[in-house]
Amino acid sequence: MVKLLPDIAEVWDWLSDVPDPEIPVLALVDLGIIRDVRWHGDTLEVTLTPTYSGCPATAVIEMEVEKALHARGIEHVKITRQIAPPWTTDWITDAGRAKLEAYGIAPPQPAGGPAHCPQCKSPDVERISQFGSTPCKAQWRCTTCMEPFDYFKCI
Amino acid sequence: MSVAGLLRMGDNTLVLGQRLSEWCGHAPALEEDIALANIALDLIGQTQLWLGLAGQREGEGRDADALAFHRDAWDFRNLLLVEQPNQDFAVTAMRQFLFDAWHYEALNALCAHADDEISAIAQKSIKEVRYHRERSTETVIALGDGTDQSNARMQAALRRLWPYIGEMFTCDDDDLVDMAVLRPAFDAHVGPALAEATLERPQSEFAHVGGKTGARHTEHLGHMLATMQALPRSYPNATW
Repeated sequence: MVKLLPDIAEVWDWLSDVPDPEIPVLALVDLGIIRDVRWHGDTLEVTLTPTYSGCPATAVIEMEVEKALHARGIEHVKITRQIAPPWTTDWITDAGRAKLEAYGIAPPQPAGGPAHCPQCKSPDVERISQFGSTPCKAQWRCTTCMEPFDYFKCI
Repeated sequence: MSVAGLLRMGDNTLVLGQRLSEWCGHAPALEEDIALANIALDLIGQTQLWLGLAGQREGEGRDADALAFHRDAWDFRNLLLVEQPNQDFAVTAMRQFLFDAWHYEALNALCAHADDEISAIAQKSIKEVRYHRERSTETVIALGDGTDQSNARMQAALRRLWPYIGEMFTCDDDDLVDMAVLRPAFDAHVGPALAEATLERPQSEFAHVGGKTGARHTEHLGHMLATMQALPRSYPNATW
C-alpha cells in the first residue's frame, strides 16, 4: 500500500499547536524558532534555531516537536539545530507578540525597554533587573499600578 | 588546524561560566544572583558551541563534554583573567567588565571569519555578549561612582586584575583572529567607562601571561577544575 506523506503546509499547521515549554501561551511557530520543514524521502527534517545558546528549553523543545509529529503518525523525524542566522526577537510573529502581552509579558521593543505595562498599559515603567526568570526575559516594574512584570528582551 | 584557537574561545567561556556559577545562591541580592546565573548560562551555552566544534575539528571522537571534563589544567587554553577567584563582588564585577570588553571585540572580529562555522558561533554569541557588556559596564559605573566603600573596593579590584589585561592582546598562530589589533577598541570602551566610574586606570603595562598558551596557569585553575570535574570523573558514564 502506498502511504501518502502529509503536505508540508499541514505539518506547519500541526506545529502551530506545539507550545513553548517555558511560555506555554506561545506556540513555537509564534516564537519564530522553527526555521524549516522538509521531506527527505520518508524522513521529515525540522530545522530549529535556539533562542539563547545556553537555553535549557532547547532540548525540551526538540523533544516536544518530535513527540507532536510522532503523534500525527510521522515515523521518521530528524531535528536539525541551526545557529546561523542567529535567532532574533524580530522573528516573533505579531500574533505571538499579542499573546505575550495578553499573558502579562511585555513584548520586545527596538528601543530596548517595554512600551508600556502589560497590565494597566501605563507608559511609566522602570527596570528592576536586566535578567529574569528565563534567559530571554528581564524584570521591570510599573510605577503606576506598582506591579512587577516580565519583559521579553530584544535581541 | 584551528583546534587550539577554538579551545581558547571555549575554555574562556567555560571557565568564566563556572566561576560565575559559584555565586549561585550566594550573590548579594536576588537580582544579582539571577543575572550572574543567566550570564553563566549564556557562557556555558557558547562553550558547547566552541568546544563542540573543537572536538569535531580535532577528529578524535571527543565531544564538548569530554573536552570540558576530561582535560587537566595544563590542557586548558583560557586567559588567566577568567580563572581568577571571585573574591568579593567588586572583583567579580570588574573581571566581568574587563572580559566582556575584550570578548565583544574578539567576537566582532570573528563574525567576519572566513570559516562559516566559526563565524556562525561568533554571530550567535555576540548578541548575548553585547548585553553582558552593557550590564557589566553599568555595574562598574554604579559601584565605582557609588559610596566611598564601593569605590575603594572597585579601585582595588581594578588594580588587582589589571595585570591580566595584557594577555588578551598577545597573539600567535593559534589565535583565530589577530588579537593585538583589538586593543584600541577595547581601550575606547574601557577608558571612558572607568572615567565615568571615577576609577583610576592603572598605568603599568606589566602582564601575566601563560593561560592561553597553557604554559603556566595560576594555581586557582586546578582547584576550580577539581570541583567542576569531580562528578564526571568519579562516575564516568553518569547521565540524568
